[in-house]
Amino acid sequence: MAKGIKDKVAILGMGCAKFGERWDKDAEQLAVEAFQEAIADAGIDTSQIDAAWLSVAFDAVNIGPSGIPLATALRLPNIGVTKVENYCASGTEAFRGAVYAVASGAADIALAVGVEKLKDTGYGGLPVRTRGSTFDMIGVTGSAPGNFAQLAAAYRNAHGVSKDDLKLAMAHVSVKSHANGAKNPKAHLRKLIDIDTVMNAPMIADPLGLFDCCGVSDGAACAIVTTPEIAHTLGKRDLVTVKALQIVTSNGWESQGTGWNGSYFHTTRTAAVKAYAEAGVTNPRDEISLIEVHDCFSITELVTMEDLYISPEGEGWKDVLNGFFDADGKVPCQIDGGLKCFGHPIGASGLRMIYENYLQLLGRAGERQRSTPPRLALSHNLGGMPNQNVSAVAIVGLPDA
Amino acid sequence: MNANSGILSYGAYIPRLRLQRSAIFAANAWFAAGLKGLAMGERAIANWDEDSVTMAVEAARDCLTGFDRGTVTALSLASTTHPFADRLNSGIVKEALTLSDSISALDVAGSQRAGTSSLIQALNAGVNGGTQLCVASELRKARPASEGELVQGDAAAAILVGAGDPIARFIGSHSVTLDFVDHFRASGADFDYTWESRWIRDEGYSMLLGDALAAAIETLVVDPAKIDRLLIPITVRGVPEGLAKKLGVPAAAVADTLAPNVGDSGVAHPLLMLAAALEQARPGETIMLVGFGQGCDVLLFETTEAIANLPRRDGFSGALARGKADENYLRFLFHRGLLDLDRGMRAEADQKQPGTTLFRNRKTVLGLVGGRCTKTGTVQFPRSEISVNPTDRAIGTQEDYPLAEKQARIVTYTADSLTYSPAPPQYYGMIDFEGGGRMFTEFADVDAESIEVGLAMKMMFRIKAVDEKRDFIKYFWKAVPVQQPAAGE
Repeated sequence: MAKGIKDKVAILGMGCAKFGERWDKDAEQLAVEAFQEAIADAGIDTSQIDAAWLSVAFDAVNIGPSGIPLATALRLPNIGVTKVENYCASGTEAFRGAVYAVASGAADIALAVGVEKLKDTGYGGLPVRTRGSTFDMIGVTGSAPGNFAQLAAAYRNAHGVSKDDLKLAMAHVSVKSHANGAKNPKAHLRKLIDIDTVMNAPMIADPLGLFDCCGVSDGAACAIVTTPEIAHTLGKRDLVTVKALQIVTSNGWESQGTGWNGSYFHTTRTAAVKAYAEAGVTNPRDEISLIEVHDCFSITELVTMEDLYISPEGEGWKDVLNGFFDADGKVPCQIDGGLKCFGHPIGASGLRMIYENYLQLLGRAGERQRSTPPRLALSHNLGGMPNQNVSAVAIVGLPDA
Repeated sequence: MNANSGILSYGAYIPRLRLQRSAIFAANAWFAAGLKGLAMGERAIANWDEDSVTMAVEAARDCLTGFDRGTVTALSLASTTHPFADRLNSGIVKEALTLSDSISALDVAGSQRAGTSSLIQALNAGVNGGTQLCVASELRKARPASEGELVQGDAAAAILVGAGDPIARFIGSHSVTLDFVDHFRASGADFDYTWESRWIRDEGYSMLLGDALAAAIETLVVDPAKIDRLLIPITVRGVPEGLAKKLGVPAAAVADTLAPNVGDSGVAHPLLMLAAALEQARPGETIMLVGFGQGCDVLLFETTEAIANLPRRDGFSGALARGKADENYLRFLFHRGLLDLDRGMRAEADQKQPGTTLFRNRKTVLGLVGGRCTKTGTVQFPRSEISVNPTDRAIGTQEDYPLAEKQARIVTYTADSLTYSPAPPQYYGMIDFEGGGRMFTEFADVDAESIEVGLAMKMMFRIKAVDEKRDFIKYFWKAVPVQQPAAGE
């Protein structure tokens, strides 16, 4: 295996727009909002940026198929701007582009911006879209909750968990994220909820009720990266470095081959193993300080705890119920509210997770700051559906972690 | 006429939902109180994703149970409700059945006896006609609060004809053609226009059909007292019995018209009744079959010893038993396009189908043909240039591997209330086929209380989506539960 990029790249600055129903702004304006915070944090001028990556997942309701809108909105200095799209993992994909450009030496300073304008569709949930004319003839155009809901039946079947136990654990996931989101001024959903509300909510895709589903939001997030050396030269003292960055893409085995039982993410397990190897993590349950995962649905978060090897297989639901992932638990998960409450502007989500981890590592997370000082933080960003997806794992940490 | 040719096999399909006539009447009684006398029993209704093509495929599959499909040399699809006016409907059926490309195919239409007329053509071709699959299928469409809405039903039937070892020999036929306009439907029109029922009964059934039957009995030299089964697809009460009495056919020989539990399935009805009769018939029986529409066809058969050896199939009784009582009249209207519900923005997705993509992938899409690696035996859907097998990525080794007749089991599932479906929630999930291969597919005819991981499923040919902008129907396969509780269970 390649020796990886551990500590070769540092985060110079990050920014994040207020997520939510941003009726007031276009995608370009949201990008500017996130960028202004990031560039101020980085303490550089736009002219110092060598290359940029832009992640957006939905062409039709956004900005079209190129990097031009970002270059124009930010008035970037005629540099390469690459638009990337990898379903809901697009944000981490953009981050990877910028990080790899710096790690390779091709760029000194690189920019990653993720943005999504979902609330111009006219309806709730994600827009219906084609997956190509061949797929559309034989595939299922289900909704996102419908695709992810299938994890639940398969998980119950694989581990002998009752419907009621699993539904309760799923409810705990959402209640916890709402408690966290309530403390986050940039979060889309900031209301506390209780278990009964989750359990009795209208069914969206069995067994996922309304509160098992994350918010669908407008928003943008931004990272500016460079090498640790350049960061020092620029006067940056509080560094967060990239420890690992892995993206794993399904090759059809889950959906066409033999052996996958539908209860877990094959890609996430593979990405986690690779990321831990790259970061030098041997016991994630003890070594990872906090995690941001792709909690598009409560059940996704629950099984991901196992796929990241934080919880033993089949036991994740017990850790959830025991509060292991609560804000005051052993390994907080979604301390910012997660996709569930911070919101899920697709192209921005992966960068938003890294933004939160960055703030937490630097002790800048305000009211929701983790009391135990975190050292290594993991983000998991997933695109697609359980049987065919892109899974990204990024680990960032303090330079000596 | 030809001692060596006749009927080789039969099959039937009745859609699962059985709309209670009392529910139809209850909704319309304020307007059409006179329909009360017809508000008994139930009628078969196609689901939103079924039409005369999909039902034809299912009847044909039933009919071909135990037969080598490679032997079929000709296919006909009789219907007055073909979904396409100019795209060979039987061509779609051919692809779904994965029949040989080297067959002839014909759509037959124009009257309620299109099914019997095409059957006569096939039978008269004798040994020179090869093995011919005659399918008749009908998706009835009637105005709300009409008599037709109550008495009609949707169904399909298939009869395999050819040389070899027939289960019923074809003795002969007699046809008359008269422009008797008891009802009509102009090209492109949705509904029938029907003349007075008393006139149809007296002039049509008693005189025209009665005379034709008498002539057939004389021409075909058959003793009416020796007719074991008289199949008259007229669901008007008392008509078949009256004709039998007039002709001297024993009352016991008069076949059930399937009025109480299926309804008059139009072009499909004579063949459906024939399939039902053959299912019960013993060797040596004389069967007379009638088709009525601007004249009539009378066909005479004699069953042979071979009928006892026909491989088991769901058949008419299986299709009938699969029924599920339905009281939802509004849903029925919606599914027939007679109620314009607000379907929401999710229903606006463009369903444009590139003809190039469909033709290139026709076996995969219409035939549910996957791939099997000749090197490792790995089965997969869809087939691909490079094998999905992680231990051997063999390139270019896959051969066609039809999956439509394989049973499967549910691996994952959900009931999706968010995605657009004409019959929410939409059930779908992943299934594993017996013998290998898996697919992520929509489910149909599912009961909420019985769906679970591990449930046995089989595939059915259905409508996947409709491109309403361009009037194109996209067909594919869906998984349905294998064992379904009978009505009332």
